[in-house]
Amino acid sequence: MATVDLTSIAKSFGPTKVLGGVDLSIADGEFLTLVGPSGCGKSTLIRIIAGLEAQDSGGVAIGGASVDHLRAHERRVAMVFQSYALYPHMTVGANIGLPLTMSRMTLRQRLPLLRLLSRQRREILRGIEADVGAVAAQLQLEHLLDRRPAQLSGGQRQRVALGRAMVRSPDVFLMDEPLSNLDAKLRVHMRTELAELHKRLGATFIYVTHDQIEAMTMSDRVAMMDAGDVLQLGTPSELYERPASIKVAQFIGSPAINLLPATLAGSGRIELFGRPLSLAVNGTAGASITLGIRAEALSLAQGEPGQGGRAWFSARLRRKENLGSEYILHFDLAGRDAPGVTTRATAATAATVNETAEVALTFDETACHVFDVGGERLEPRNGGAVSSVVPLRA
Amino acid sequence: MSRASQLMLARRKAGRWHWTDIAAYTYLAFGVVLMFGPVAWLVLSSFKTQAGLLEFPPSLLPMSQQEVMVPGNPQPLPLFEVTMEDGSKRVLAQVRRIGIQAQMVDPKDPTQQFRVPIDKRVPVRQFKLATENYTEPLERFAFTRFLSNSVFVTVVATLITLLINSMAAYALSIYEFRGKNTAMLMVIGTLMIPITIILVPVYLVITHLGLVNSLWAVILPGAATPTGVFLLRQYMLTLPRDLIEAARMDKASEWQIYWRIVMPLAMPALAVLAIFSIMWRWNEFLWPLAVLTKTESYTLQIGLNAFQGELQTQWHYLLAMTVVTLLPVALVFVFLQRFITTGIANTGMK
Repeated sequence: MATVDLTSIAKSFGPTKVLGGVDLSIADGEFLTLVGPSGCGKSTLIRIIAGLEAQDSGGVAIGGASVDHLRAHERRVAMVFQSYALYPHMTVGANIGLPLTMSRMTLRQRLPLLRLLSRQRREILRGIEADVGAVAAQLQLEHLLDRRPAQLSGGQRQRVALGRAMVRSPDVFLMDEPLSNLDAKLRVHMRTELAELHKRLGATFIYVTHDQIEAMTMSDRVAMMDAGDVLQLGTPSELYERPASIKVAQFIGSPAINLLPATLAGSGRIELFGRPLSLAVNGTAGASITLGIRAEALSLAQGEPGQGGRAWFSARLRRKENLGSEYILHFDLAGRDAPGVTTRATAATAATVNETAEVALTFDETACHVFDVGGERLEPRNGGAVSSVVPLRA
Repeated sequence: MSRASQLMLARRKAGRWHWTDIAAYTYLAFGVVLMFGPVAWLVLSSFKTQAGLLEFPPSLLPMSQQEVMVPGNPQPLPLFEVTMEDGSKRVLAQVRRIGIQAQMVDPKDPTQQFRVPIDKRVPVRQFKLATENYTEPLERFAFTRFLSNSVFVTVVATLITLLINSMAAYALSIYEFRGKNTAMLMVIGTLMIPITIILVPVYLVITHLGLVNSLWAVILPGAATPTGVFLLRQYMLTLPRDLIEAARMDKASEWQIYWRIVMPLAMPALAVLAIFSIMWRWNEFLWPLAVLTKTESYTLQIGLNAFQGELQTQWHYLLAMTVVTLLPVALVFVFLQRFITTGIANTGMK
């Protein structure tokens, strides 16, 4: 088993900068997810770790030893490709067994006709067959070993690709969006399987995805990347609860976080739509900031929005989305120069709103995120929760 | 069978002939005649006797004049239907022809002789396949030798072509290196130089290598074909990059990737190239004619040329042997064309 250490990895394709000095330390047996929008460099980074791409500068170390001089197959890493990259002309068994055939047999033992002269060949073949069988059993592929990839369903192909990675018993598994070609239901199922596989194998997993749900549900830690840099590295709940920047806040969480423009009044107090909050941050008066409010922190309120009451702003329903267990409500803010907001609601609450009448919305100030004009997180004074908020909620 | 007839008589609307049906079938029939007419003409003519080939007007089917043995004549005599002076018709054998008169004899009664003007007689003809056109060249000339030479050249040259062209195509499609495009352009550029231009220099090279009159002199110079490299490279470019990278991760050497992954997946393109190469090699004429001077090293095409003498051409042998040379290529096409379907390369992905 092995740790993976990346030190200031940089990579450009011609004039395009793809990675700008990425530092990452991945612990032994950790499940780390690289998440980010398309083109953020996460796939390039995983390919550099795999040895399929050479970095312009910086170093990769696996298990404490530098692997920069090693080729892909010498690094004891295995990769699962987004397209699975199964060899279409080989059976499932041959697909899974190929890494073993390549590493255990000498050239002479693989040559046509000449291989019949080798005495150990049969023994090696039997060994390979046993190992392939063991992996196939773990992935419930035993009955498919003689089929070709074209005869398999998406989920089965995915498992074959996993099997081909597992059979080498690598120290590090690299997965490049392995679930993105599956249908939604299977994806949920495979998420669980992958997480269980990780637990069972105890190997280090580095997982690339653009799907924040996959990142949140499976990982020990998540590295959110954008434009070739790691924006934030932390546990899934850290990223969700304390996003380091507006980009992280926007990317993590569904529905996307509500962002409202606000300003700083004297002594760092935040004013939203001209009304002061009990939140305060360090900053100069008059600076414009952005207030991030998660959909679940926003709710319907009684009464008219006005000074002192719980209701903060009036809004008009634009659309309801029925998710079954709950509704997502999209509102336009009435008379405000601000983008619309979304909130979660139970079916009963959702039934009370319609497009014709305006409703009042309120939000939980303790769950707000404050970002400065450059998009960086500003910590509220008093260490997060502002005590003076409490009476207001009562 | 009913499927076939259904297909042959398919119409726009069942049971009715629209004018477009007639137009379509006329057009198709025209196409069939245009494509297969010459081939059918060749095959039918190859069964005609030497005399049958030269007669005018030509007949479509191989017809030959009936002959009969008449006592007192060592050779069989040709039979004619003769209109006698009294208007009656009789079948007579011609003994000899003198000017516009023919001396005829009744085969049933050789004592009866007649002098008949040649415009009063019509040859009696029957359908007869002159199979000796096929058997004689194979027995009398070294045609089997030519055949085996041709087969050797075609098979070995095609194998070498497939091997080195695919290796070049692999390098030019899978690897990234400086000058890759220049190399490709230079390969393609050689397409613009016709064989006639390089005939003499290549011949000099071959002479210095001492290969004249060896079949290797035919095989080697044309083994690397720019068309083949281009065809295979374009196909290999469509192979998913992930497959090759997956193989690299699986500890496959470059040779293994080429041999185990890329070659099987490039099968459709290889089949196309194989068909082309077989046809080129089998029909190649100019270059073998230049380097092969001894009869025992002739290929079929050069052998055929031998029937075409300075003074006379033995058309009946030439036609029959042309049919023989056509057959293998046709068979190759029949068997390999099923490989030229869409590739299977993408079926393992997604």
